[in-house]
Amino acid sequence: MEIDKKKMGDPFPGTVDPTADGGILVTKLDDAINWARANSLWPLVFGTSCCAIEMMSAASAKHDWSRFGFEVARATPRQADLIIVAGTIVMKMAPVLKRLYDQMADPKYVIAMGACTISGGPFFYNTYSVVKGVDHVIPVDVYIPGCPPRPEALLHAMITLQEKIKNEPYFRKPKTVV
Amino acid sequence: MSREELQAAITAALSDRAEPRGDEPGTALITFDEGGQFLNGNVARENIVPVMKKLRDELGFNYLFCLTCVDWKTHFTMMYHLRNLDTRDELVIKSKIEDVNNPAIDTVSNLWQTANFHEREVYDLFGVKFYNHPDLRRIFLDEQWPGYPLRKNYEDPNMIEL
Repeated sequence: MEIDKKKMGDPFPGTVDPTADGGILVTKLDDAINWARANSLWPLVFGTSCCAIEMMSAASAKHDWSRFGFEVARATPRQADLIIVAGTIVMKMAPVLKRLYDQMADPKYVIAMGACTISGGPFFYNTYSVVKGVDHVIPVDVYIPGCPPRPEALLHAMITLQEKIKNEPYFRKPKTVV
Repeated sequence: MSREELQAAITAALSDRAEPRGDEPGTALITFDEGGQFLNGNVARENIVPVMKKLRDELGFNYLFCLTCVDWKTHFTMMYHLRNLDTRDELVIKSKIEDVNNPAIDTVSNLWQTANFHEREVYDLFGVKFYNHPDLRRIFLDEQWPGYPLRKNYEDPNMIEL
């Protein structure tokens, strides 16, 4: 996957003017905070079916999502700020997922990974037990199609989410309402 | 044992002490269907427990490897797949349930422990009641779930009509 260096922006959004005893940093607070937030997203350990295998692959050595700041996967929603919904959500799981989302601290983000999460899936969508898209339960920031999407696609979605975070006004960000 | 030998052995075991309950006198406790992968025996709903007990105790069918139900719209059929772990004989017992509105049959969970969960699954998805079951409640779905999803006449407002 090609990454547009210009699009990704400078390593740090601001300028450092050297002075005799250090330097003066000129930046916008929005940009500085978003730069920090976007590069330390902590995903929740959450996977309900085969997409989770691809998610684990994205986390492991070959694809290594730590390169982009995702390495601290948390097993509690109270310490996570990103859910990658990886797999089919059934009616029985929906209230559990809603509760996990509600337990996360603002600001929080959701990636819908794979066909099941987006629309119920290519196989089982017309069933009494399957939720036809996770956006019936929680709001979604980035959708990744595929069955399952490859780890590169997940990394692309995560970088897309980082760009979204870098471009949002942090101090004027409306509270998430569900 | 070949299929014919097994059928003869079962018929012999079930006929010498046949005690038809509710059946007309002279009716066999079990009748056999031709064809299929397994030897298929039909048993009246009322006789399921005594027949199954004899199959387990006298013919050595000590393993129930599948228990499920079929909705034929006009009736339900309970299916019991049995195996004798010593001789590796396999046998399918079918039992017809005529009452589609309030289907019920005696439990076999006191003969094979595994039937406990299998019957709960059939109760959950088909709504078949099992008399004398120790813990008959839904196993997958919420307790408040309306209807029984695997019945042919199940209607779900969320499902797309094809």
